[in-house]
Amino acid sequence: MALSVELGDEISQETNTRVRALEYLIQAKGVSGVVEMVPSFRALLVYYDPAQTDFDALCATLTSLAEQSSDAVLPPARRVELPCCYDPDLGLDLVAAAERLGLATDELVRLHAGAEYLVYFVGFTPGLPYMAGVPERIRLPRLETPRVKVPAGSVGLGGAQFCIYSVESPGGYWLLGRTPVRLYDPEAAEPTLLRPGDRVRMRPVDRAEYDAIAARVAARTWQPVIA
Amino acid sequence: MIRITDPGPQTTVQDLGRIGQLRYGIPPSGPIDTRAFVAANRLVGNTDGAAGLECTLMGPRFTVEAACAVAVTGAATPVTINGEEAPQWTTLPLAPGAAVRVGAARAGVRVYVAFSGGLDVPVVLGSRATYLRGRLGGVAGRALKRDDVLRLQPAPMPPRRRLPASAIPPIETEPEIRVVLGPQADRFTDEGIAAFLAGPYQMLPQSDRMGARLSGPRIAHARGHDIISDGIALGSVQVPGDGQPIVLLVDRQSTGGYTKIATVGSFDIGRIGQVKPGQYVRFRAVDVAEAHRLRGAWQSSVTAMKGDPA
Repeated sequence: MALSVELGDEISQETNTRVRALEYLIQAKGVSGVVEMVPSFRALLVYYDPAQTDFDALCATLTSLAEQSSDAVLPPARRVELPCCYDPDLGLDLVAAAERLGLATDELVRLHAGAEYLVYFVGFTPGLPYMAGVPERIRLPRLETPRVKVPAGSVGLGGAQFCIYSVESPGGYWLLGRTPVRLYDPEAAEPTLLRPGDRVRMRPVDRAEYDAIAARVAARTWQPVIA
Repeated sequence: MIRITDPGPQTTVQDLGRIGQLRYGIPPSGPIDTRAFVAANRLVGNTDGAAGLECTLMGPRFTVEAACAVAVTGAATPVTINGEEAPQWTTLPLAPGAAVRVGAARAGVRVYVAFSGGLDVPVVLGSRATYLRGRLGGVAGRALKRDDVLRLQPAPMPPRRRLPASAIPPIETEPEIRVVLGPQADRFTDEGIAAFLAGPYQMLPQSDRMGARLSGPRIAHARGHDIISDGIALGSVQVPGDGQPIVLLVDRQSTGGYTKIATVGSFDIGRIGQVKPGQYVRFRAVDVAEAHRLRGAWQSSVTAMKGDPA
């Protein structure tokens, strides 16, 4: 069984922070009967076992914890740096996006790589981060016609959202570049790299460095910087 | 050791699933018809969560190298051992070299095969369950192939038992599936909700372990079919812009951005999972208290399920 705790009706850092804080509080307090949770933009899905908890009591506990949910209760965020090659061969929409924004491509890259992104949640496909923090100047509506296949590692912009495709999948975001890092690797001990609440920066690399890192990633001798 | 001589269209290793990974986008997987899966394990003397096979519409053919026992449950299907017919829902002791064939489902979709000891595949993130889209768990994250060899965990030969007929769930032709309306029922018109609850909806062949795709009376939205993406529960009934419902199952995406009119109770997931493409389902709304009661009754019936001496 599951219930959804809704903490707002908009996509904002404040609302999402409360969602993650609520998840953290439920975990930290070991609320009985809670089986697992899925944070998203503005809601926390809570799976519970009705044999282990009274529904009304659980709702009361969650309501009271929701009132305490704020940035203050969260542990410090992890900071993750990911290499990204902003090459038109990999960032299939880089040139078109720059044109649409009235920017030179290197200016678009500078603005994108200059920002820090907050992972609101991870979902849809394994390890795919939904991130906020896209500078106003480089926001674009999603593609009118989504691609049927977006390669894994593609770095995409859609409105105020930024995502990195974790597996090959359909997608409607503008592709600016690609990271050689695997956000989902089913053969790794920890298959998913990013977690809700992580703060992510992209480090521009040229094609030679991208290829070199990709080779080391394939050989499992490369790890991203996580502080 | 088990050698697969013909895997069937989609046979995967499953256990009771992978808990705690949805926050990273990894679904639990596990059997769709939990009750049938657990019955198979109990008949071969296993714990409820031992790894076995889930087959889709047609079972595998395999041979066993050493003596062991199997049980075949779920969809109604012919079973033969060395060409001799054998019953379902019964402990089937096998001699070394025995060749087993689990045929095409006469009724139902998901067939379960449990082996005494349980299948010994690597535990990934706490589970042996296969998640096909994520290429995770089971045998290299994929469905079984011809000539795959599976090992069993060591176990004694279990006593022969069979599940009494009264404990075997019938395979229904047009099941009534119980749902709790929400969380976005307010995004639909009254007529849309009435259409959903009137049905019937036909199971489409594109259905899989991720979701049951249905076709029937159009469910009209009151205001838009997109929401701010949020978590998708087991049994969430998504309704995209075309007004046709999709019931999300064990390999579901963790989050999604379509309106959800209702949630199928976990106690009815196995029933909807046994509806063949082309057959119909109907939905009936229950409140949260009734859903809890149904869940409790389902849990008790699963707990009480045990074989009689055969």
